[in-house]
Amino acid sequence: MSLTLRTRAALLVTRAVNAVSRRLRLGGGTVIGGRAGLAVDPHLLEHAVAGRPLALVSGTNGKTTTTRLLAEALGAAVVTNATGSNMPAGHAAALAEGDPAAPVVLEVDEGYLPALVGALGPRAVVLLNLSRDQLDRTNEVRMLAGRWRRSLAGADGTVVVANADDPLVAFGAQEAPRVVWVAAGLGWRLDAVGCPACGGRIEFDDGWRCRCGFRRPEPTVRVEDRPDATTEAVFSDGRRLPVDLAIPGRFNRANAVMAAAAAEAMGVPAARALAAMATVGEVAGRFTTRTLDGVEARLMLAKNPAGWGELLGLLCPGTTPVVVSINARVADGRDPSWLWDVPFEALRGRPVVAAGERCLDLSVRLRYAEVDHETVRNPVAALAAAATDGGRVEFVGNYTAFHDLLARR
Amino acid sequence: MSASALTVVVVYPDLLGTYGDGGNGVVLARRAAWRGIGAELVESASDRPLPAGHLYCLGGGEDGPQVQAAESLAADGALARAVGSGAAVLAVCAGYQIAGRRFPDAGGRARPGLGLLDVATSKAAGRRAVGEVVAEPLDGGPAPGPLPTLTGFENHGGVTMVGPGARPLARVTAGVGNGAGDRTEGAWAGRVVGTYLHGPVLARNPALADLLLSWAVGSALEPLDDAEERALRTERLAAAGRRGLTRFARRRARA
Repeated sequence: MSLTLRTRAALLVTRAVNAVSRRLRLGGGTVIGGRAGLAVDPHLLEHAVAGRPLALVSGTNGKTTTTRLLAEALGAAVVTNATGSNMPAGHAAALAEGDPAAPVVLEVDEGYLPALVGALGPRAVVLLNLSRDQLDRTNEVRMLAGRWRRSLAGADGTVVVANADDPLVAFGAQEAPRVVWVAAGLGWRLDAVGCPACGGRIEFDDGWRCRCGFRRPEPTVRVEDRPDATTEAVFSDGRRLPVDLAIPGRFNRANAVMAAAAAEAMGVPAARALAAMATVGEVAGRFTTRTLDGVEARLMLAKNPAGWGELLGLLCPGTTPVVVSINARVADGRDPSWLWDVPFEALRGRPVVAAGERCLDLSVRLRYAEVDHETVRNPVAALAAAATDGGRVEFVGNYTAFHDLLARR
Repeated sequence: MSASALTVVVVYPDLLGTYGDGGNGVVLARRAAWRGIGAELVESASDRPLPAGHLYCLGGGEDGPQVQAAESLAADGALARAVGSGAAVLAVCAGYQIAGRRFPDAGGRARPGLGLLDVATSKAAGRRAVGEVVAEPLDGGPAPGPLPTLTGFENHGGVTMVGPGARPLARVTAGVGNGAGDRTEGAWAGRVVGTYLHGPVLARNPALADLLLSWAVGSALEPLDDAEERALRTERLAAAGRRGLTRFARRRARA
């Protein structure tokens, strides 16, 4: 492939600035170099992906994991933003590294998706779900769904893989020329009751429908839970494929089925894609076990009510202690009111420690959930406070709380 | 009415609950129960009739669902009847707007509110008001004594004018509040209280929760040990104060 001198220079600048940033330990080394590269060539992303198979993954929850699973399915050479740096600077940084002809899988922030769809002409777009997140920033998920809809309506040459069970996603994908609808499930419904098409009320039964006629599209792929607790991807052409992952959670198996449908659009059969995903043991530190100040802790990320709803069921059963750490920086959303949408009552009976920069908001929430708890602001000290008899602790942090702990050695 | 001494109704959590405002109902029900007052918490979805209750909580919502909630509540009629017979109402953000006489829809067109409070909201010309709010309750407010400083987080694009039939709840010292140029925040009349604060507001202002409860119970309430709420309030008030001071210092530096 041939790149203009300007694009080559921009990629070089991106790499160089990021290398310096990493060397000086200024940060993860993705955003600052990407910004510099985009300053040199504002069309860096278009030029760098031109002619390459490209998939974009977006939605409120599951972006990082689905991106990783899809990248795994597409093979070793694939270029991807594995660190979750999901805005254009992060995309530029990812594209500056690796094989300049390899397929590309990018995790994309929900708000940036429309612009990238228009500019990059992706072969596949995966739309997972939309729900409340960062209350002070994206205050209108319906508005976001409308922007997705307008950008995808003209996306000729793009296969949209969309969660048919989420009315907001369905509204966003409905006008796209080619859609693969996946019945991936929807745990959190409270943001989807107001119909995005007419403002009426959506009724949920085995699917969902509004009196205006907007209803759940007929899925071509279903995520089917078997009585023996295994999961299968069931395709409308009759294929039944086992979804067997090393990473836990029903929502992750649904993410894998979405990724498998996208892999097919990228030319990799779903069976081969799912087999490749089975080997993924860790995604960006989620569900990894670390020993911090002598305490063994499993690290988990939940950053909004929908994510928490999925995660509570994955906590070790019984009385394993739980540390919950909450921050409210810009990346988390500065308004932690959403804590009141999380059914923390499920933690009753365990030792619980509230931690993080907004531990006091959490402690008040836990008081009203009638969950006995301690409050220890420092997350590592909180782990020590929670540990009993050298046993393991479950740690759940929201976005920056999780990443801060992950970065500790 | 149910067998419980007190019924707390969270109105339409499927349409009006964007900012964790369902927590206000939880706070009311727990603070009653902790005092030995049997309380039932009813989360009443928008597809069924609103039940009779002593306390109603309306929360924040997006533009479309807000219009639908206003229409459904007007058609249902139970909320206005309950207020007429002495029920207390806490209306937050979008809920505050629809409790008033009129509010703007997504296109800025005026829609009729429920008229439970003499306030009228129009679309703000500038940016949305987003951030921490500190507001000092005004003298002669809804409580028999002075309420403590109010703390909360606002996120709205409305300008709310308080009419002669209602009174502003507080004066803003940090943040925007009603945004009508008089630095007021919220409004109240009788047993209806409207505010832009979430957090949710009753978790961060337990004295306001107890005021609403005392109206519903008909007597003063014994105090609770609110050490955790006090710690949270101290921290949030200090945080908002720091930001206010920074802005003040910048203005001084520019002047």
